[in-house]
Amino acid sequence: MTPSVAPATDNRSDSAAGLLLPVPDDDGAPFWEYAARGELRIQACADCDALRFPPRPCCPHCRSFSARWQRMSGRGRIWSYVLPHPPLLPAYAEQPGYNAIIVELAEAPGIRLVGNLVTAADAPLNSVDPARLRIGAPVKAVFHTMPGGVTVPRWLLERP
Amino acid sequence: MGATLKDATAIAGIGQTPFARQLPESEKTLACRAIVAALDDAGIAPSEVDAFASYTMEETDEVEIAKAIGAGDLTHFSKVGFGGGGSCATVAHLAAAIATGQASVGVAWRSRKRGSGPRPWKNTQVQLPTPGQWTRPFGLLRPADEIGMLARRYMHEYGATRDHLFNVALACRNRANQNPAAMMYERPLTREMYMTARWISEPLCLFDNCLETDGALACVVVSAERARDCRQRPVYVHSAAQGLPAQHHGMVNYWTDDPLTGPAWTAARHLWKGADLGPQDVDVAQIYDAFTPLIPLSLEGYGFCGRGEGAAFTEGGALEIGGRLPLNTGGGGLSEAYVHGFNLINEGVKQLRGTSTAQVPDAATCLVTAGEGVPTSALLLRS
Ligand SMILES: [Zn+2]
Repeated sequence: MTPSVAPATDNRSDSAAGLLLPVPDDDGAPFWEYAARGELRIQACADCDALRFPPRPCCPHCRSFSARWQRMSGRGRIWSYVLPHPPLLPAYAEQPGYNAIIVELAEAPGIRLVGNLVTAADAPLNSVDPARLRIGAPVKAVFHTMPGGVTVPRWLLERP
Repeated sequence: MGATLKDATAIAGIGQTPFARQLPESEKTLACRAIVAALDDAGIAPSEVDAFASYTMEETDEVEIAKAIGAGDLTHFSKVGFGGGGSCATVAHLAAAIATGQASVGVAWRSRKRGSGPRPWKNTQVQLPTPGQWTRPFGLLRPADEIGMLARRYMHEYGATRDHLFNVALACRNRANQNPAAMMYERPLTREMYMTARWISEPLCLFDNCLETDGALACVVVSAERARDCRQRPVYVHSAAQGLPAQHHGMVNYWTDDPLTGPAWTAARHLWKGADLGPQDVDVAQIYDAFTPLIPLSLEGYGFCGRGEGAAFTEGGALEIGGRLPLNTGGGGLSEAYVHGFNLINEGVKQLRGTSTAQVPDAATCLVTAGEGVPTSALLLRS
């Protein structure tokens, strides 16, 4: 699969928003390609079906080098969260009260994605009242295309 | 059964520079000062040094250092990765080299102008040891954010509170208040200061974070036999271990089945296996404290209490002098200096020599640990 994201030699600070864009490695590139299509997919072993994250060349269970990307429902629960305060990079400092969350996926509890809880796919990182954050809260994935053209998963509360 | 490290080597000398937010001298100069001081403390000529060990993040190297201090021919030199996780491993690598005859006089060191220098996470191009593509775009930028995630989960699972984290910060500050070399000497901390401090990454506040320090430290490792002829009372390396658990991912350890059992558990199993002693025999502990939550996690990992009991362990003054386990008696990374944990090694040596500024009476056994959360290391020292 040929990664459609820009090569890693680019300056990945998004000049429009100043937010950091993902810098994919060879193993991670398909994740971002599927995200650009609005699909949340996780690497799975093509032989023993074990899911693994982050992606890597070889299955740690059966050592198969053959992998596929399994589509997930996009549902999960908040496993933990933080509210970062300054000193921060400017683009993040400009969104005070923003959150970073970890989501444990419903179908694969050992697989946890770092993300942001927002009120809508394209809403600011601080669009959710921090008082709404709660470990265990059910969330669902949406996709946001950053000004630099890279699409990232974000998360909405199932019961806003 | 091959050679054992048990008591085969000893730390014979320690040295350090002043600690400050900013020092004028270069990292190389500071490194040389700390190393020359450590060799002088041991009474060993720099020309006898034949081994060096430091961190991969150390920016002074053995070529420059050896030339500057006038070391002899080197036959062993090594570097350990993962930032503060490598602190104790520098001594462990020297101990292994000396116990197996690869070298006879080893120097470990760390020199860092973290106070003067830029904050490492501000470099948006460097991917650091964490897999940044999965974290940094979402504003999980700094080690404080990464450990804050574990702290929040830990508090949720076990009912740990900010008061428990305050117990850690307070114990370190109280010891720093006894240590004239500490950056926080004569700067007491109160509960009100802690509870009203600004957030860094909620649930972590300013006082849950280590200091930003310029400074350098070094120690000298020789065979136990040689150490007994040195200037200072030997401090034996009784046991040593590194720890990188299966399926561990670096400081961002959210992808294992159980992220709250980190590298400390792995290092501890090997450390205690190689020792004649157990956690119950430890008189004083120097536990890596880049962030306060690393203390309850490490207390559990090294077996001072059960899983989930680390926060409660800190209650009732347990970490203070006279408590169940006096902690970070020079002030630690939170209140003495943050030099990637090397000051914890030297403070362990001072306790076992009986020369700490916050001496635990008759201390004979000291646990020293490196950073929890990252691939780590630990030493069990005895007098
Ligand atoms: Zn497999």
